[in-house]
Amino acid sequence: MSTSPADRNILSTPSSDEPRSAKPSFARRLLRSARSLPVLVAFVVLALVVFLAIFAPWLGTTDPIAIDPGSRFASSSAVHWFGSDAFGRDVYSRLLHGARVSLIVGLGATFASVLLGLVIGVFAGYFPRVDAVVMRVMDGVMAIPSILLAIALVSLTGATLVTVLVAIIVPEIPRVVRLVRSVILNVRSEAYVEAAILLGTPMWRMLTRHMVPNTVAPLIVQGTFIFASAILTEATLSFLGAGLPSEIPSWGNMMADGRTYFQLYPGLVLYPGIVLALTLLSSNIIGDVLRDLLDPKMAKRT
Amino acid sequence: MSNLHKAEAHGVSPVLEVRDLSVSLVGDNSIGVVRCVSFAVRPGETVCVVGESGSGKSVTSFAVMGLLSPNELACSGGEILLEGENVLQAGPERLRALRASTMAMIFQEPMSALNPVETVGKQIEEVLSIHKNQSKRERRERVLAMLEAVHLPDPKRIYNSYPHQLSGGQRQRVVICIALILEPKLLIADEPTTALDVTTQKQILLLIRELQEKHNTAVLFITHDFGVVADIADRVVVMNRGEVVEVGSREQILSAPRERYTRMLISSVPSLQPEPREPNDNEIVLAVSGLSKTYDQRRFWKKEHVVHAAADIDLTLRKGEILAVVGESGSGKSTVARCIVRLQDPSAREITICGENMATVRGQALHQMRKRVQMVFQDPFRSLNPRVSVGESIIEGLINFGTPHKTACQRARDLMHLVGLPADALERFPHQFSGGQRQRICIARALAPEPDVLIADEAVSALDVSVQAQVLALLDDIRMKTSVGVLFITHDLRVAAQICDTIMVMRQGRMVEFGPAAEILTAPRQAYTQALLDAAPGRHWDFQKFGPIQ
Repeated sequence: MSTSPADRNILSTPSSDEPRSAKPSFARRLLRSARSLPVLVAFVVLALVVFLAIFAPWLGTTDPIAIDPGSRFASSSAVHWFGSDAFGRDVYSRLLHGARVSLIVGLGATFASVLLGLVIGVFAGYFPRVDAVVMRVMDGVMAIPSILLAIALVSLTGATLVTVLVAIIVPEIPRVVRLVRSVILNVRSEAYVEAAILLGTPMWRMLTRHMVPNTVAPLIVQGTFIFASAILTEATLSFLGAGLPSEIPSWGNMMADGRTYFQLYPGLVLYPGIVLALTLLSSNIIGDVLRDLLDPKMAKRT
Repeated sequence: MSNLHKAEAHGVSPVLEVRDLSVSLVGDNSIGVVRCVSFAVRPGETVCVVGESGSGKSVTSFAVMGLLSPNELACSGGEILLEGENVLQAGPERLRALRASTMAMIFQEPMSALNPVETVGKQIEEVLSIHKNQSKRERRERVLAMLEAVHLPDPKRIYNSYPHQLSGGQRQRVVICIALILEPKLLIADEPTTALDVTTQKQILLLIRELQEKHNTAVLFITHDFGVVADIADRVVVMNRGEVVEVGSREQILSAPRERYTRMLISSVPSLQPEPREPNDNEIVLAVSGLSKTYDQRRFWKKEHVVHAAADIDLTLRKGEILAVVGESGSGKSTVARCIVRLQDPSAREITICGENMATVRGQALHQMRKRVQMVFQDPFRSLNPRVSVGESIIEGLINFGTPHKTACQRARDLMHLVGLPADALERFPHQFSGGQRQRICIARALAPEPDVLIADEAVSALDVSVQAQVLALLDDIRMKTSVGVLFITHDLRVAAQICDTIMVMRQGRMVEFGPAAEILTAPRQAYTQALLDAAPGRHWDFQKFGPIQ
């Protein structure tokens, strides 16, 4: 969105030689944005998913792996709220424990890729010589299709949570690196950074005090999108059979198991599918809200 | 002006009449951005609306054009009569018809007013094809004639050029073309020359005047620069904080302002007459000889192209002296400053600060040299880290150079006193301060390591005149008290005249003239310096004495 000189003039406060009016605090602006219905729903859905995942064992669930040949394809009842699957496992319990897997994968991938990307990006942005090499490597990593990389990793090392996480994190890192690098390159030409150079500020303090804090806001925004995409990738991999072992309750595994019986028992695919879709939608909406709040350049004018 | 007298004599009705206009924030009528503004513009007359930033002058002009952003600002009262028609009542269709045909606007930044992906000719033609029913050929001929009329060289080439291929002055001429091609009755110019160099500014002002006389256009000219007012205004509207302070003829406002605010504002404009200064024969703190900076533009197929940002610069700065480096944009004055402080590495050089060569040192030696020379930057809103408290910013350098924390804090308090801010400002954050206060903080930060040389890179250019006067006085005061040598980079000859002992004029990376301020400003030896002086707006007027320069 372009800002013409005119916009700037119009938005200026009564006199230039008064402090510019401070914006309302971040928390207040977040609360204000929650007044819109979709945003409110998104927050509620995500909070609910987190709640269900944390308290899964105490919410009337049974062992999600326990096979009960006696009650295959049970329809919903007081015992099996959402019915049971082809092995007689309780769908409700598997859904809740699946949320745990999804959240662990989502949060793990987010934190790991943001941290690694931050470190690499800061060094690439700060040292032009490192930049030339690191960014070409990152271009290379970006060229590998992420699903292909995941399948290759799983077939080499076996399907474990760590393998799946690595398969999700590696393709995300270059995106974070590019983001961080661009922020650092921008800040380098800020007058306050140049002033700090003249004041003899050593590299470490320059980074921690003047540069890295600028990356926090864009990283929070990027993090919510990584979170959503990690959950989706995990579900995709599990669905393809290249993810977690099939007995582990993950939404992708549930859909893969239920696929064969979809016409007879659509709930086996629909329940995990709907929960997955709602979770992704919510975190994307929240990501958009955060972007509007933290990154005014991208925000639509309100 | 003859037009004006004619108009008044015949009682010609005004083209634009603003009556009790009030603009307020949407959803909050209590805060008036503009309150009860009234003035009129007659055919052939130039009315200057002048005020500091935030005075509401731009909002007023936007209200006239119907360009107020509908979600933020709304007219809450009064009327705007354009040839008797109330613009505030006009619907969007009518407004579109009025714009360009009856009223037109030119903006401050010509690059953002033009579409970068279309040729200049097409953009001018667009106005014609929307508002007039003409054949393609007629349109093209009209555009070429108009390009000729604004004195653009080789109109056919310009017609097919893209905005980035033109200079700033040429772009502004193109914008003027677009604004005036339908011969509107009213031209609103919102700081149209602020982004341009003085010599270009003078040409644009002359052009506007010429076209105005040809078509008897009424001009509403928004500016912050009293020099421009003195050159072009017939009548002046002085605004402050959304209200009209004073309306009067140019002579009355400039020589006998009625209101205190107007007096203060006008007397803040620095005089072009340098004050007599004692010759300075203190020790030399900074000696630069043969400083050059070149950039290689590497092209893929073509041969390397070498740009000389600065070539063979020699200068000396003595203790307690203020030396101005004056030049237009692209003259290399900032490059010189950045090479001296080693934000850039000079290509060929000798920079001596207190007898030690700074141009070639590296590592720890450079770190030790850093505290000898400090810098104050142009934009006070970007030169302080918004996340760090003022106190932390000021002691940062001292801590880096090994001063204990307690001593550093004491020094910070002393510095606050020196720059005229309360000591409790140290705990606050930059956003709690105004532009002028921030620049004071930046000066305090630069003075903290007790440098021998202070470089001020356009340090007062972003400030309003009244604040600018205060900061200049502060710099002069600091020079007296600390006898630091100041290298003052500026594009503004008035500022240079106000504060400097010596002046160096630069052009295209080279030194044109170097000498005592009085000599350069009153009897320049070089033609370019003379041209710069001639182009300075309002040079015949001594604002501080409210009278013409004898």
